[in-house]
Amino acid sequence: MNIDKKIADDLVANDISFVTTVPCKQLAGVIEEVEKRDDIFHIPSNKEDEGMGLCAGAHMAGKRPAIIMQNTAIGVTINTLATLIQYYRMPLPMLISYRGELREPVACQVEMAVHTKALLAQLNIPTYHFHWQKDVEEFDNILKYTFMCNKPVAILTDANFWGGYGDQ
Amino acid sequence: MIRSEILKEIAPIIRDHLVVCNIGLPSQELHMIDDQPTNFYMLGTMGLSSSIGFGLALAQDKPVISIDGDGSVLTNLGTLPTIANNATGNYTLLIIDNGSYGSTGDQPTYAGQKTSLTAVARACGCDNVIEVQDKDLGPVLQSAIDSDEMTIIVCKCDSGNIKLPVITMDPVVIKDRFMKAVAS
Repeated sequence: MNIDKKIADDLVANDISFVTTVPCKQLAGVIEEVEKRDDIFHIPSNKEDEGMGLCAGAHMAGKRPAIIMQNTAIGVTINTLATLIQYYRMPLPMLISYRGELREPVACQVEMAVHTKALLAQLNIPTYHFHWQKDVEEFDNILKYTFMCNKPVAILTDANFWGGYGDQ
Repeated sequence: MIRSEILKEIAPIIRDHLVVCNIGLPSQELHMIDDQPTNFYMLGTMGLSSSIGFGLALAQDKPVISIDGDGSVLTNLGTLPTIANNATGNYTLLIIDNGSYGSTGDQPTYAGQKTSLTAVARACGCDNVIEVQDKDLGPVLQSAIDSDEMTIIVCKCDSGNIKLPVITMDPVVIKDRFMKAVAS
């Protein structure tokens, strides 16, 4: 299974037409796939809170948005999640590369990984963790859930899910 | 002129358009001067008026005006390259540049010192950046809205605030009536 294609297929099938991304090595394939799709307007952001602002605007225009980013972004976006996305009740699927988990080669990434789920739990953000490739089968249901409940929802995707770092 | 005087003057120009208004006193002033369902008031999240308005402009066809401040733009400078590189003709970014953080007690910003937001916006790749003095804003804003070209306006003015109450409208109500106005 090509998980990049599956994720992009599910985004399109759920009418998600506005996607912003902040890059991560693990997300390179899915970002490339999103960029290719005619049904998705892809706009790279310079910072994740900016990206959430863009998504808020797209949502109010009647479009379904999504953001793709690293878990370090949770540290950057807590205020935006609380005072914009949650306060105004906006749906926002957040596809997040979960750096600092099993098979991570960069030690510093662990420093935010250990806080990631605790911060999401503190914010009462529904959180899913993809560790095996088959976990991607839940993605479609998670997207439907997000737009049913009008909340930000986190999908953490670790290195094992993406197939590791190869020979790095 | 101070920001509230500027908002009073441009209220008839922006009344029928989608407006995303910056957190704090700018939203409170616009709410008091001319509350409209086409106004989206930010109750938090400093810095994102430009980004929210830009996302809105990209995702539908009606003209959108983001009212921002120099302090807020400095908070989210990274969005200017995003705006420049994805320009859309229905978007106007109005930066009311009074050289101070008005809502927090008029502390000076760097935009009132050595930093020119006009030059920053141009350096970020925005093609149509106009710096204007407060009293000359009206016609410039009107032509920016009427134009098919995205415009960044940096309106230089005096710092200063008026006393007024906070917005007590529920955020979901603000959003709901705004979305209905967008869709209408």
